[in-house]
Amino acid sequence: MQPNFDLLNKVTYLIGSAELTVQLPDVPAKQPFDESILKFLNDVSGKLMGNRVSKTYPDVITFAFWIRKASVLRMKERLGKKDDAFHLGRGVAFHIAPSNVPVNFAYSLVAGLLTGNANVVRVPGRDFPQVGIIAEAIKSVLEQHEEMRAYIQLVRYGRDKDINDLFSSIADVRIVWGGDRTVAELRESPLPPRSGEITFADRYSLAVIDSDSYLNIEDKERVADDFYNDTFFTDQNACTSPRIVVWTGNRTEEAKKVFWETEHRLVEKKYAFQPIQGINKLTSSYLIAAAEPEVKIEEGPDNRIVRVRVLEATERLMDYRDNSGYFYEYDCRDILEIKGICNDKRCQTIAYIGDKKTVLPLIETGVKGIDRVVPIGKTMDFDLIWDGYNLPAFLTRTVVLA
Amino acid sequence: MNFEKILEIPPFSLNEAEKGKLLTERLAELTKLHCDKCGKYRNMLEASGFDAEAVQSYKDIPFLPVRLFKKLELKSVSKDDIVKTMTSSGTTGQAVSRIYLDRTTSSNQQKAMVKIVSEYTGSGRMPMIIIDCPGVVKNRAMFSARGAGILGFSVFGTKKIYALNDDMKLDVEGLKNFLEKYEGRKILLFGFTFMIWQHFYKELLRLKEEGVVFDLSNGILIHGGGWKKLASEAVSHDEFHKRLEDACGLYDIHDYYGMVEQTGCIYMECECGHLHASNFSDVIIRRPLDFSEADIGEAGIIQVVSTIPESYPGHSLLTEDEGEVLGIDDCPCGRKGKYFKVNGRLKDAEIRGCSDTYAAKF
Repeated sequence: MQPNFDLLNKVTYLIGSAELTVQLPDVPAKQPFDESILKFLNDVSGKLMGNRVSKTYPDVITFAFWIRKASVLRMKERLGKKDDAFHLGRGVAFHIAPSNVPVNFAYSLVAGLLTGNANVVRVPGRDFPQVGIIAEAIKSVLEQHEEMRAYIQLVRYGRDKDINDLFSSIADVRIVWGGDRTVAELRESPLPPRSGEITFADRYSLAVIDSDSYLNIEDKERVADDFYNDTFFTDQNACTSPRIVVWTGNRTEEAKKVFWETEHRLVEKKYAFQPIQGINKLTSSYLIAAAEPEVKIEEGPDNRIVRVRVLEATERLMDYRDNSGYFYEYDCRDILEIKGICNDKRCQTIAYIGDKKTVLPLIETGVKGIDRVVPIGKTMDFDLIWDGYNLPAFLTRTVVLA
Repeated sequence: MNFEKILEIPPFSLNEAEKGKLLTERLAELTKLHCDKCGKYRNMLEASGFDAEAVQSYKDIPFLPVRLFKKLELKSVSKDDIVKTMTSSGTTGQAVSRIYLDRTTSSNQQKAMVKIVSEYTGSGRMPMIIIDCPGVVKNRAMFSARGAGILGFSVFGTKKIYALNDDMKLDVEGLKNFLEKYEGRKILLFGFTFMIWQHFYKELLRLKEEGVVFDLSNGILIHGGGWKKLASEAVSHDEFHKRLEDACGLYDIHDYYGMVEQTGCIYMECECGHLHASNFSDVIIRRPLDFSEADIGEAGIIQVVSTIPESYPGHSLLTEDEGEVLGIDDCPCGRKGKYFKVNGRLKDAEIRGCSDTYAAKF
């Protein structure tokens, strides 16, 4: 069936045009980390960093740092060509960005660009200022990089299967963010036989803190800040946000006390508490109390941080997960005790304090979960290896020259 | 203290200290009862470190978020003793609360309500106009909040008429005949605020323009269900009163606050426009941040306690409504106890996250 390009009149283009979409299948793929892409991204980075408005959005600045030349060259070093084969982008990448993370669309786009693909990215429907700022920067830099125009289209449209069908029908690879329901929605739209798909489903994460290591850290405020960025910064509702804190080592009680008191002082200062959140967290803690005997709701100064101590770290906890400062806590003597919660495909990131090798025995058992083990404070650092996928491998084709 | 004792006391006669003593005694008993009879309730209290011995006041007794009744089956009697299951009215697809009633609790709900409402309407039953359609109470096995409200108030009616037919159209002929028949008598009208506005008032207004006028100056209207929908039409409390009086002479109008999770002890609006707590129940305003008790005049989350629930652990609940206490024992209307106002529903949290949010479809 011929794609029905007439539908494109229902699409709003932040960057690009219906005309360019029609021509997409003919756009040549580039080589990963092609010089033209690096230059382009570096210029976008400069534009963003020079913009007074974008400085008020730390997520935009973080993104700008990530795409500057030095940073991209480090990625190239790590993930670029390591063999005698010839590598090319897959062709057309169709991205569905998540609707409530402002800058995720930009990271997805850059992953597509760096791997040599021409990209159509559906940006969030909500009018985040960050989307406008980044789109404007790209637009203006494109004036000096005409050859890049064919590779970047930022689009906005409602939940519309026909348009999903259209973009999917010309996609060589589809990248779907936004969780289980969005993935299911996009799966309704067929891809051509040779096309592939990367899906970012609903995930959960945890923290493993060695009490002795934590107590030895001098700058506790820094740790609190890092943990805040991992959790409260995204209302503890990102796939990377720890929902359970696993305490190891010999001084867990002492460590907990200091850790949560320090965190609380920070949350008090920085986090905008919404009245319904206290009720939500009380509801969640009672729900788990009703279902799992012997849980204990820890006493705290207020509803900003609600902690529930559990005697078993099973995946069942995640049926009662909540956000905005709701934590399960588990005292762990042997790391294999938390296998239950890690042996679940939904388990994504372990944020740690202490020795990362502690979790190795767990991974060696062949668990179904755990895609990342990163220090506390780094859970949100986007990388081309993400959520268990090696994006450069997924988004490129390998041409064998024997 | 058993419930019969509370029934003997006039419902708005106790001052703060007297009522506090009564509530503390009764609610501590109910807490113990539900701990014994409802395992899930016991687990929750144990998890929160509740110590029954340390209770000084009914304000120390834990509250369950009302939402729990949508997620869990919470009851303190065996299946065989359940005579009624009440459900909250929710839009399709939304979870509804399920409240399990045995004979005692169901009957005490009725008795408490008669006591409270009689304080406003006077004792003695009246001809009654229900401003709703008959269809809403058809299914007796499953009571929705709307149906339960209508049936609850029906005990005050002698002859009853539904003012609307099942297409929500005003039954003009029926209403005319009814009013002729009971001319000069005091008439009770009952309905849900938005239904009254949308399907009754607006129709009366239209008829008036055509020269058809109804005289309801002998009526007493009791209405509930909240102001959210009217607020979206920019109709205030005062506007509602004024317009109804203009349209049909109706001026004796009382809003009430209540919920299916604590049927029976409703909070009725007095002549001064204040909602009142009776001896059967109380409201405690909680600060969202730490659930401490708010001061008089300080807005917070409404906790409701009730002396009635024996068949389900719903004697102390945290609602999702915001309100504030206006005063205690000193309302000019003369009723003792707390008087307060309801500001509306708390807003849903706006949170970030990787998973897309899907708005509920209507």
